[in-house]
Amino acid sequence: MSDEQLTPALARSRLREALSWRSGTGTVISTVLLAALGFAAAIQIAAPDDVLDRASRADLIQILDGLGTRAESLEEEVTRLEEARAELIAGAGDSEAAQAEAEDRLNTLGILAGTLPALGPGVELGVSDPGGVVDGSSMLSTIQELRDAGAEAMQVSGAPERQVRVVASTAFTDSATGEVVVGGVSLGPPYTITAVGDPATLSKALGIPGGAVATMESAGASVSIRESDELVVDALHQPTEPSYARPAVPEDADAVG
Amino acid sequence: MIPVIGLVIGIVLGVALNVSVPTSLEPYLPIAVVAALDALLGAGRATLEGVFDDRVFVVSFVSNVLLATLIVFLGNQLGVGAQLTTAVIVVLGIRIFTNAAAMRRLLLGA
Repeated sequence: MSDEQLTPALARSRLREALSWRSGTGTVISTVLLAALGFAAAIQIAAPDDVLDRASRADLIQILDGLGTRAESLEEEVTRLEEARAELIAGAGDSEAAQAEAEDRLNTLGILAGTLPALGPGVELGVSDPGGVVDGSSMLSTIQELRDAGAEAMQVSGAPERQVRVVASTAFTDSATGEVVVGGVSLGPPYTITAVGDPATLSKALGIPGGAVATMESAGASVSIRESDELVVDALHQPTEPSYARPAVPEDADAVG
Repeated sequence: MIPVIGLVIGIVLGVALNVSVPTSLEPYLPIAVVAALDALLGAGRATLEGVFDDRVFVVSFVSNVLLATLIVFLGNQLGVGAQLTTAVIVVLGIRIFTNAAAMRRLLLGA
């Protein structure tokens, strides 16, 4: 092996000689073997790299353990998420009901506050007042009687083509020119009061002797009462944001229904 | 020269044909390749030393591959396949380095 006569030049010439075009049985077999080597190396390198192939048995057991643990925890998570999903579905039903309730409440309050148009049976009170005897207080008395009789939504209309929704804060005053000022809007005769409520009760309340209607009639105004199955109260009240009052949050807010 | 061309053709075929390694051969093919590489480098060294012989090369090539595969197979049967694979790779790797170093000294004188 450690041949001292070997020089790099000699080695190179031998290499050149080896790489020359020689043929023979040995060459053929060597060629086949080398082709097989190249082929095997190439497909081995091209083969998809699988970590598991090279893992030892202990590693594989550890990996399997890890997978088992992970599968368990994933299954737990699936259970947890399914429970959460069921809860959410149930909760969605609850919140739908709550929303429907809130919408109902909104409609009720809107009608009460005069921010929504109202529709329903009721009475229409026509007051023609050629003599100008109807003033704010008689109008207010009429409205009070209607309220007492259970009117749920009311509006007052008068010349010229104005109508005012009557809400809790609506004031009835007199203007200097003799008109009735309802909620800040001057109305002139003839007046029409539209009230949604039970028509029979309302007309009966208005017909009480000595009541507001009788007083107006005795003063010289003529009043007509018409019961109707379908009246529209579509004048809207613009609520103002309260400057001082703010909601007192009750401790059991949920119980306030 | 012709064997070198054979090697190139083998590599090209292996890349081009996109053959997947049979499962039964999977643990042995890498070892066989390394054993063959060892035989190849041994042949290269023998060539430079002027003692190369076709017959010796073929026999050493085949026996190297078979022996390495056999050892790994035995190891797998005994349950120490991974360790024996490592052992074979280490031994063959040392031989490859030795042969490569010898060839380097012969060719470059350093």
